[in-house]
Formats: sequence, C-alpha cells, structure tokens
Amino acid sequence: MPTTLTSPAGSALRKPSGLSLGVLLFRLRALIALFVLLGIFSVLSPAFFTQQNLIILVGQTAINAIMAVGMTFVILTGGIDLSVGSTVGLAAMISGLLIDRGLPIPPLGVAIYFNIPMIIVLCLCLGLLVGAVNGLLITRFNVAPFIATLGTLYIARGTAQLSNNGATFPNLVGKPDLGNTGFPILGSGNILGIPIVIWIMFVFAAVAAFVAGKTPFGRQVYAVGGNERAAELSGIYVNRIKMSVYMICGLCASMTGLITASQLVAAHPAVGESYELNAIAAVVLGGTSLSGGRGAMWGTIVGALVIGVLTNGLVLLGVQEFWKKVITGLVIILAVVLDQLQERLQQRLALNRS
Amino acid sequence: MSLTDQSHSTDQTAVNGDRVVLVAEKITKRYPGTVALDQVDFTVYAGSVNVLIGENGAGKSTLMKILAGVERATSGRLLLDGTPVEFRSTREAAQAGIGIIFQELNLYPNLSISENIFVARELTRGGVVQHRAQEHVTSELLNRLEQPLNPATLVRELRMGQQQIVEIAKALSQNVRILIMDEPTSALTAAETEALFRIIADLRAHGVAIIYISHKLEELLTIGDYVTVLRDGKLAAASLAQAINIAWIIEKMVGRNVNAPRHRTQPKATTADRPVLEVRNLSLPRAGGGFTLENVSLTLRRGEILAIFGLMGAGRTELFECLMGQHPEASGEIRLDDRKLRNETIRGRIDLGMMLVPEDRQRLGLIQKLSVAQNITLASLRRFVTSFWLSERLELREINAMIRNLSIKTQNPQQPITSLSGGNQQKVVIAKSLLTEPQVLMLDEPTRGIDVGAKAEIFEIMNQLAEKGFAILFVSSELPEMFTIPDRVIVLSKGRVTGEFLHDQLSEEALVRAAGARPQTEDPVPTQPST
Repeated sequence: MPTTLTSPAGSALRKPSGLSLGVLLFRLRALIALFVLLGIFSVLSPAFFTQQNLIILVGQTAINAIMAVGMTFVILTGGIDLSVGSTVGLAAMISGLLIDRGLPIPPLGVAIYFNIPMIIVLCLCLGLLVGAVNGLLITRFNVAPFIATLGTLYIARGTAQLSNNGATFPNLVGKPDLGNTGFPILGSGNILGIPIVIWIMFVFAAVAAFVAGKTPFGRQVYAVGGNERAAELSGIYVNRIKMSVYMICGLCASMTGLITASQLVAAHPAVGESYELNAIAAVVLGGTSLSGGRGAMWGTIVGALVIGVLTNGLVLLGVQEFWKKVITGLVIILAVVLDQLQERLQQRLALNRS
Repeated sequence: MSLTDQSHSTDQTAVNGDRVVLVAEKITKRYPGTVALDQVDFTVYAGSVNVLIGENGAGKSTLMKILAGVERATSGRLLLDGTPVEFRSTREAAQAGIGIIFQELNLYPNLSISENIFVARELTRGGVVQHRAQEHVTSELLNRLEQPLNPATLVRELRMGQQQIVEIAKALSQNVRILIMDEPTSALTAAETEALFRIIADLRAHGVAIIYISHKLEELLTIGDYVTVLRDGKLAAASLAQAINIAWIIEKMVGRNVNAPRHRTQPKATTADRPVLEVRNLSLPRAGGGFTLENVSLTLRRGEILAIFGLMGAGRTELFECLMGQHPEASGEIRLDDRKLRNETIRGRIDLGMMLVPEDRQRLGLIQKLSVAQNITLASLRRFVTSFWLSERLELREINAMIRNLSIKTQNPQQPITSLSGGNQQKVVIAKSLLTEPQVLMLDEPTRGIDVGAKAEIFEIMNQLAEKGFAILFVSSELPEMFTIPDRVIVLSKGRVTGEFLHDQLSEEALVRAAGARPQTEDPVPTQPST
C-alpha cells in the first residue's frame, strides 16, 4: 500500500496522478526509514534479526501501536488526546481491582467478582467513558482538546492511584474458586506461535484502517480535520464525529492498559505514564498532520515500528538510555521537518503544473 | 484619453503635472491553478487618488497585496521613485512609506486605539512602553482626522467607521506616502463615507498618493483622479478620471459581452403551482438590538430562479443561514413542500431537500486537504454505502458523471481540490450540493472570484437545473447579474424586503433605489452593533 502513508482515505480515490518518483519516495519515507533501521541494526548486532528478538520487538511495539491507532483518529480531526497514558493506568488498576477485590458493594458488605472476559469488557467500557468525558468537554463545553485532555490526564491518574491507595495490585493470577483465572493469557499467550498481543494489534490496525479508509465515518473524520465549518455545512455532525474519535481513543488506551497489566501480572498505579507522548510520536512519524485532515493508519503502525526498532536496536547495541532519548527526539523532529518539506514540494509542483 | 502608453515609462512627471511615485511593471502572480495577475502595469501618482477597479477576481486585491509586501510577485518589478524595490514583508513596505488598509480591518479589538496604532513599534524608554506619549501622538492624529476619540478606548467598542479611522491613523503615524484603501466604504454609513472623503482630500492635499479600490462606480468618479481597470488579471485600461464616465468603466470592466447568459424565455413555473419553499415573517434579531432580518417573506416555485439582491450588510447571507438552520434564535415560519421546518439540523434540512452553496468557498465550501472526488461526495456519503462501507465504484460513477455534466476541468478526480481554478472549485461545490438531490438549491454569490467564462458556465448550469425542476435561490450583490437569469428578483435592504420585480419589470434604477444604495434617510440603524 504505497501511497497510504500520507494521503487520505479510499484507495482508488487516493492515488495522485503524475507524481514523480522523488515525491513517491518522499511519501514513503517512514517505511524507508524503517527498512534502513532494520538493515543497520541487523548488521551491527547479530542478536537483532532473530525470530525471538523480532517477536519481542513487535510485542513491545504493539502496546504503543494500539494506543497510536486511537490517537490517529483524534489527530485526524485536528485534536489531541493527552489522557491516554492515564487511561492505560486506570484500566490496568481497575482490572487489578476487579480481579483482586471484585466490585465492592459497601452497603451490603459484599463484592461481586466477574470472570475475565467480563472484566475486559468493563475496562474497555471505562476507556470509552474517559473518551466520552473528553469528547463532552470538547464539544459541549468548548474546551480546547489540549486542556480538556490535560485535565482528564490528572483525573484518570488520580483515580488510578485512589483505587488502591497508591499501592500495586501485585498478583493478577486470579482464584479458581472465584472463576477469574486466566488474565495473564492476554499478555503472554500465543496463537499459532504468535503472541496474542500482536494479534490484537493487527486486528485493531486492520479495523481502524478499514474504518478510516472505507467507511463514511472515516471520510467524515478527515473532513472535520480538513475544514470543520465546511464539513458542518455539508451536513456532517461534527460534534458526533469528535465525540466518537475520543471514545475510540479511550477504548484503545484501555486495551493497552489491560495488556500491560496482564503482561506484568500486576497493576501498578504509575503504569502508562508518558505513554501519550509515545503514541503521538508514532502518529507524527507516520506522516499524520497534527493540524488534521491528512494521514493514514498504516503510517501510524509504521511509525510505532520505527520507534520500536529504534528502542530495541539501541538497547541491543548497548547505547545508554539517555542517548536513546536524545536520538528518539531527533528522529521525531526530523520526521516533522520532512513533512513540512513535502508539503512545500507538493505546493510547488501544483504551481508548476498550472 | 488613455494613459496605457505612458504607464510603462518611469518618468517622474506625467499628465496633469502629478509626479509618479510608484510604478508596477509587468507584474505577474500565479497561484496553483490560476493566474491572478498577468503582466499588469500600474502607475501611482503622488497627491492623487489612484482608483483601481475591476470585477471580483480581476486581481485588484492581489496587486495591492504585492504593493504592500503581503505577497510577492511571480515576475515583474516595482519602481519606487524610479528605483527598483522589493518588499519581503508589510514592514518593509511600511518603511518605504506604503500603507494598506484591508477590506477586513486588521485591528486588535482587545487593545486600545493607541496600542493598535503603535503595535509592534511601541514608543519605549528603557524597554518600557510610554503609554502617555503614544496616547498624545494618537490624539493629534485623531484630531487631524476629525475624530476626537479617547486614545485609551478599546477598539472593540468602536463602530465600524471609527475603526476605519483608526486604521487610517495607524497608516498616517507611519508617515505613509502611498496609502492603499481596499473597499473602505463598504461598511460605512453615508455620514462616515463623507467624513472619509474629506480625510482623503486632506491627505491628497498633503501629497499622499491614495490607491483606492471600490465597487461603487459613482463614488470612484467623485473622488478619483486616475482610473485603472483590471479585467481577468490583465490591465484593461487606464485613464484620467475627468475623461471618462460610468459607461466607459463598465465597458472596460466587463469587456466584450462574453457569452451573455441566456434568459429562459418561458419559465414553467406559474403562480398556480404550490410553492416549494415558503418563508413567512422571518426575523433575526441582532446582538445589541435591532434586526439583521426583519419580517422577510418570500416564496419559491419549482423550476424558478429567484435572485436576492442587496448591498453588503443587507442580510442576504444571514437569510440563507436561517434557511439552513444555523440561527436557532430566528423567528418566523419556513415551509418546505408545505411542511413546516422546526429545529432540523443542517443534515436534517439537507435530507429534506435544501442545500446551500456558501459564499466563502475556501472557508465554508471546500475541504482543502481532500481530493476533488472526496469533496464531491462529501455531503451524500450515505448514497454510496454498500453493507457498511463506501463503494468506490458507485462513488466514481457519480463523480465522473458530475465532472462531465458540469464540465469540471480536472486532470482526474483524484487531484487535490486546491489545484483547480476558482471557477472549477465552485463547480465542485455545486456538484457536491447536487448529489444531495436538493429541491431547493441556494447559491450565495455563486460567481464571486471566478473568471468571466466560468461565470457564464455557472449561470448556464443554474438555467439547466431550473429547467429540470430545481428551485433556485441565489444571492448576488452584482447589479448586472439581476438582468441575466433570474425569473424574479427580491431586493433586501437592511434586513427588509424593499422590492420585488419580475424579470420584465426590472430596471437598474428601481433595483438600486430599492437596495438603498446610498441611504439618504436619517435612519439611525448603525452598520454595526454599537456595544
């Protein structure tokens, strides 16, 4: 899918005509960067291009990628969601609470224990709820997305800490007599030799790419991000679209929280801190414009993989943690600079054609 | 007599003994998809009012932006006092003594008059702004302009005309030698306009060169010394104002009558038909008292083209906004197909068969980041859903049909919408509207900013639509358009219906009188709410 990286939805409606090879390569830069990095690390470290390491790498990437998929929808509308990291923590803690203590009903002095599928569903709903709060603040109360989600970042994080007075739920194996065992499978189980986490990433990415590229909803997301007022006059319910993207984003974040808790077999209240920045970085690296209206799901997955490969490869090479951060930062900035260059290049081409 | 020949020369003196201060030579400006200016020459004389005139989209504003350093020419050069200059910013142009007052004023409503005048070049001592000194200078300027306002007043508290005065004061404080005014009277009352003309006369007496852009032809001949006419981005003519009359200007502006749109001789609609759209006593209150629309009533039948004529601020755009349900505070009754509209959303009204082609294409009509194809189907995506995704095949079929029927000039439907010319962009917006299968199609200034050829095409499209039974409502501020395709014209003035004419009853004089082109009444309604 070559042109998906930076251009909007709909494959036959998308292919730009008369593009020179240069522009095409430019558009594919995230993918090219990914292959270049894969090449470099394969040469420098024999441990890198092994099946075992690649599975670890993709597994690590999956956590960020799932969040970034939700974030892509938000950014396509021209918004931003800073609360995803906290939602990860909140979902993790609530899953811990439900497994460890059940849902306490104080007046009756009892607690209801759910089975694992039910717990997963409840935590995903929690993510939807956080998203709905964000959406409501942004659409009904006209709060800027940055501020609204900054507020919910604190609220969700605080709630996660309150859920167990700041302590960790250390053991999420569950008890057979309560019928809530099996939670760790989510994070460490395999299907056909591939970790479930990676399957989840594939499913999320595929559904998201389909929704963004092939459905009216997806088209409307691009339209809202491209020109909100024109979209409204074309009969698009702008507020509904915005509400939906924040809910999708919350859903993806809570999925990430469940996976993280399951992998650790524990829920720590600080889990997911600063994850929102990784997700935004993946989206931007994938060529989605922060001003909205331009970008694609596959780009985001490639962006998450670039960050994953970079992190993993630098660890294998024994690069100091601090340098890792510096390098990641440089890569993100470079991506945005290139994005601006592409925009200018295309404008100039459009001018020359006329 | 024509000055076209002299305008090439860099002579320091010219006819009438006026000195040439600025010459624009062979200026060309290209945008993606259009050539806004094509080898235009323009001469500016000191101590004179240099009028620039042309239809919408003729390139006036672009030329002014180049003179003022907002935009840079693709080719050509500027000579200031005979020396070539190049302005990379408005600041550089201002330093050279060129000031501009935009049609949309560029003031900060949250700052005071004096702060606005000295913005970005504050009078400071030791890094501290000297408010007292700024206000003193401001007072002097305002007195000179016969507007003794308090310099500490916030700009948001000023009326439109007063804000214009502040802009002029700002330009004067920078010692302008050339002052560009882009349609300065469009939002002014008669009294404010007279005051402005006195100021202009005073500036001219002090040797300032005024470049004056306006659509009001009588006004131009009253105050102009030199007249330059642009048409379709080219220099059409230049002359001394004394030597010409309105007929001359119109002839030069419009050129040879390019494919005058036909008038459908026998509109099928008869008064016997039940109207498809009925508006009764529509009123839209204005913030701060008064009405933007007051008791507007109209009816529209199938196959009819009804034009709404009025000047800026007459309430034309607001009428459409009310019809599309964007003003819940409006009162009155709107009936579509004999069904009373209540609180339907925009989507709801589109589904019922109303659709608007908005005036401001860029801000309200197009999604610039999407392709031509995606823009065309945007308002009717539901039609293309099979199962629950969009069928590319269905989409492309309709898109290609639209591109063919409206002869939209695009290499292919996947082109970015921004690569199309203004006229073709407008056709895309119309295509988008048609795909919603409207009964009533509303077009707000559908020919604004597009070239003469495209205008004729748009009118022909409207004719054909009417013949197919669409009811068409269109708004225009251009008098000549009233005599082209409409079956009936309703005139709005200050929110009220002040006239209604059938095609064969139309006369220019009657329309202008009804529109109250220059309200002579002592009507106290201000053009802007005074808060």
